[in-house]
Amino acid sequence: MSSPKSKIWSNLDWITVSIYVVMVVAGWFNIYAASYDFDQVSIFDLSGRAGMQMLWIVISVVMGFSLLLIESNWYDIFAYWVYVFLILLLVVTIFVAPDIKGSRSWLVMGPVRLQAAEFAKFATALAIARFMNGYRFELMNVKNFAVILCLILLPLGLILLQKETGSALIFLAFFVMLYREGMPGAIIFTGFCTILFFLIALKLDGMVWGITPLGEYIILVLVLLFIYIMLFTYKKGRTTKYIVFPSMGLIIISMAVSFFVKFNLCHVTLGILALTVLAILTNYIRFGSSRYLYIILFVLFSIVYLYSVDYFFNDVLEPYQQTRVKVALGMIDDPSGAGYNVNQSKIAIGSGGLLGKGYLNGTQTKLKYVPEQDTDFIFCTVGEEEGFLGAGGVLLLFLALIVRLIFLAERQRHRFSRIYGYSVASILTFHVAVNIGMVIGIMPVIGIPLPFFSYGGSSICAFTILLFIFLRLDTSRNR
Amino acid sequence: MKKEDFDADKRKIFIICFVCFLFLVYIIRLFTLQVLDNNYKEWANSNAFLNKKRHPSRGVMYDRNDKLLVYNQPSYDVMVVMRETKAFDTLAFCRAINIDMEYFKKKWADVKNRKLNPGYSSYTPQPFLNQLGSKEYGILQESIYKFPGFYLENKTIREYNYPSAAHVLGYIAVADKQNLADDDYYVRGDYIGKTGIEKRYESYLRGTKGVEILLRDAHGRIKGRYEEGIHDQDPIPGKDLTLSLDIDLQAYGEMLMANKLGSIIMIEPKTGEILCMVSSPTYDPSILVGRQFSENFNNLAKDPYTPLINRAMNGKYPPGSTFKPAQALVFLEEDIIQPSTAYSCYVGWPPGNGHPACHGHGSPLALVDALATSCNSYFCWGLKAMLENRKYSSIDDAMNKWRDLMVNQGFGYPLGVDLPGEKQGRIPNGQFYNNIYTKWNPFTIISIAIGQGEVEETPLQICNLVATIANRGYYHVPHVVKKIRDAALDQTYTDKKYTGIHSEHYETVVDGMRKAVTGGTCYGANLPNIEVCGKTGTAENIGKSHSIFMAFAPKDDPKVAISILVENGGYGATYAVPMGRLMIEKYLNGRISESDKGIEDRIKNATILRNVLPKKQNME
Repeated sequence: MSSPKSKIWSNLDWITVSIYVVMVVAGWFNIYAASYDFDQVSIFDLSGRAGMQMLWIVISVVMGFSLLLIESNWYDIFAYWVYVFLILLLVVTIFVAPDIKGSRSWLVMGPVRLQAAEFAKFATALAIARFMNGYRFELMNVKNFAVILCLILLPLGLILLQKETGSALIFLAFFVMLYREGMPGAIIFTGFCTILFFLIALKLDGMVWGITPLGEYIILVLVLLFIYIMLFTYKKGRTTKYIVFPSMGLIIISMAVSFFVKFNLCHVTLGILALTVLAILTNYIRFGSSRYLYIILFVLFSIVYLYSVDYFFNDVLEPYQQTRVKVALGMIDDPSGAGYNVNQSKIAIGSGGLLGKGYLNGTQTKLKYVPEQDTDFIFCTVGEEEGFLGAGGVLLLFLALIVRLIFLAERQRHRFSRIYGYSVASILTFHVAVNIGMVIGIMPVIGIPLPFFSYGGSSICAFTILLFIFLRLDTSRNR
Repeated sequence: MKKEDFDADKRKIFIICFVCFLFLVYIIRLFTLQVLDNNYKEWANSNAFLNKKRHPSRGVMYDRNDKLLVYNQPSYDVMVVMRETKAFDTLAFCRAINIDMEYFKKKWADVKNRKLNPGYSSYTPQPFLNQLGSKEYGILQESIYKFPGFYLENKTIREYNYPSAAHVLGYIAVADKQNLADDDYYVRGDYIGKTGIEKRYESYLRGTKGVEILLRDAHGRIKGRYEEGIHDQDPIPGKDLTLSLDIDLQAYGEMLMANKLGSIIMIEPKTGEILCMVSSPTYDPSILVGRQFSENFNNLAKDPYTPLINRAMNGKYPPGSTFKPAQALVFLEEDIIQPSTAYSCYVGWPPGNGHPACHGHGSPLALVDALATSCNSYFCWGLKAMLENRKYSSIDDAMNKWRDLMVNQGFGYPLGVDLPGEKQGRIPNGQFYNNIYTKWNPFTIISIAIGQGEVEETPLQICNLVATIANRGYYHVPHVVKKIRDAALDQTYTDKKYTGIHSEHYETVVDGMRKAVTGGTCYGANLPNIEVCGKTGTAENIGKSHSIFMAFAPKDDPKVAISILVENGGYGATYAVPMGRLMIEKYLNGRISESDKGIEDRIKNATILRNVLPKKQNME
């Protein structure tokens, strides 16, 4: 069962390890650059942040390689215990953590500060992998799926309570893995529509075309469009054409008429939508296929959602989150307020040009224009000092790592290892997409670290654990 | 492996494609940001934001007669951007701003010391020297081009028209670490009120900072205003305050108190406005301004007579006989005595075998005469009668009732004056004595009957008591700020607070206090044309007794309530009474009559400073 130690080293995926080492070292150098000053302490000095990061890197590497020495089936055996332990830690954190910049996520133990939320990711990945590894496990069995949802939502909710919205959202990454494991694409599609409708409704809020509210109209047309696509995908045939073409025709006619007569297109489109749904309902009664019912449900959900976005935005989101979303959508432009960070980080990155200003020569970051420079906005320093080549290189490095992880996951024979591997790849993808998206101004400001780069012991340790557990599982892929 | 009902390969490819697509979008975005779009480069190379704070002028203060007391004058801070400094003639620099080389070196090191200056960056302006005088400013301004990296920043400092009322006005100083942590409004180098009105009304006085969004280049050089300044915000000046103080009265009181330790407080009973609040020793508020601040402050802090303490509300003293009117009111309200009730006294309290002692006067006496002669025995009898009265379930119960009525008269808790750091004094209750004595009876605690023992009051509370008596049963919380420009005064200071003691009882006590002036212990305050009602006090303590006097005048339409305490001044009649006479005269007549000039000279020239050891650190 257990592989000899030498097997571990020869089976270890050295490509991933190399990428890992390059990343942490590059992160270390960039942290030094981000806090660099001409009378700065040396990169090794423990009173500086770079020195501290070096210490954390050493600890992480030692920890990572120790993880390789643990029997791979232990991860399976202890998965639930690890999960339970971290859930307890999260609960404790809520009650004992001091308020640091509005967040209650730091467990302070003397000189060490620990963010339990970072470690909850690998624990959740282990627990889900363990659960899904059961004998004759069926993902879409309602009970199973409910358990998995709970496994994800429990830590997510606890982290939300710590006011760490960013870290909490990362747990949605598990849905990518679930998709790979057979969850219907429709669920992801619905989630996608939710976000899309939300963004359109907000972005076009208040805009009018004639007397038609534009945002509302576009969403209604999109809903119809999605109906057509679904009908063609799931129910090819004459009946579908009888529904789709007249419906499509009505939309085009109504648009054409609206050029000459002023009326609210939304009312007409709602009518067309109602007729279409009626037609589908008739088909459902005639043929009894549940797919028709799903489509009708989708339409109902969309309409209810469309008319409650306002409520969601104004009453569910916190004011600071509203501002962040609005700034990211370009709805408000406020160079000294909420958009300040993003604006400054775009300037810093934009000024880097193709080749960058050279290591330690960045000016924007030095003048302390960019806040959180060595944590959440570390990518700024890369962009400014190393230019497009450096920043693009870092992006490609992440892409290589993620694709490599997917490849490794796919070659696993054990479901446990594959699920865990996909979880790792998904989490990394989300982290990178949200963090870099924020820094280059295409995502709202959600404060989460850039894996392996950002300053912080909890972050680097947690990502190392996440990655090295998978590397250990991978070394035993042949057993 | 079980055959799955979905195509895993397709999904794998889809996920990989999606990830690649995502990264492609990001790389395209990076490319447009960094390579195609030149705007950002220009932004960074020639333009970057500098949010320059514009300091509002701090609100000024007037006295009750609209005399300007505190205002602002420009001052200049020297700032340095370390990265921009080049070798320069340090000697010339030191000469320009009038400092020596050693001080320069120390300051230079302090700026870079991250322990002292946690926000240090060599790229941003750091405060180097605060509050340059206008002369040094002129010299440095002319030669500043010789010292690259140094800048001058405008601020304002306080200027005072009168050398008085330092304790009430308070002072401002550079916000310390705690201030910065408590309130985001402040940044390093900002001023904040530290004591007195400056602290209590900080939020009104400070105004709101404005901001000027400037553009500067990568080297920190200012290149102009962002979008012609349309995003700039003007600073909103602080609100001006009108104080209830009468600065001439205050100055006169400080003159009388010179070379003595103690306090004078005068309150307008109908409004609770504090007319003067003298605490001696005092200091000239203008010495805590500018560069000499720390040196002068240290000297004041080291002074064994503690001039930084506002004795009027931070000093706790046994009230002595000034407590007797309050006692009388409690006994009358609780039906323990009637105005006609007479008690015997044989140069001491008979049940205590002549203790506490009393002075020679007729016996027995009724309440009015007991107040006029300040008979100790009368109030001991009264307290004993109250504590032993069967209408209370126990002595604890009686004691607690007594305490409640005392608290209603403003004792035992801070009154809530609009100045920081008011002390609460002490009024014991039953539990208090249960904690210190296993068994106690009226004899154990009899000294509180005459305002000694465990009872402690601040001079402000004594003054408030006399204001309550003047009003026959209510008071306004004493306050020094009469009006805030464009803002309402806190309701605390406009509401009446009732003691719950019936006004007819007050009339009896007023009669007693009037008789004390016309033919009793405070005859010295008997002014010819003003009906003064008063009560002396002689507070025994370690060392010579404190001389206390409290009074209000005129009797029927009180315009002023006063309390005076001269530490170690002996009998109340010796110093406090004549001082009260002069203060009342000064306020109500506007001048001191010729016949009283002799008293004035005697008082102001008296020196009563007990020998004190150099100040211990634990004294507040």
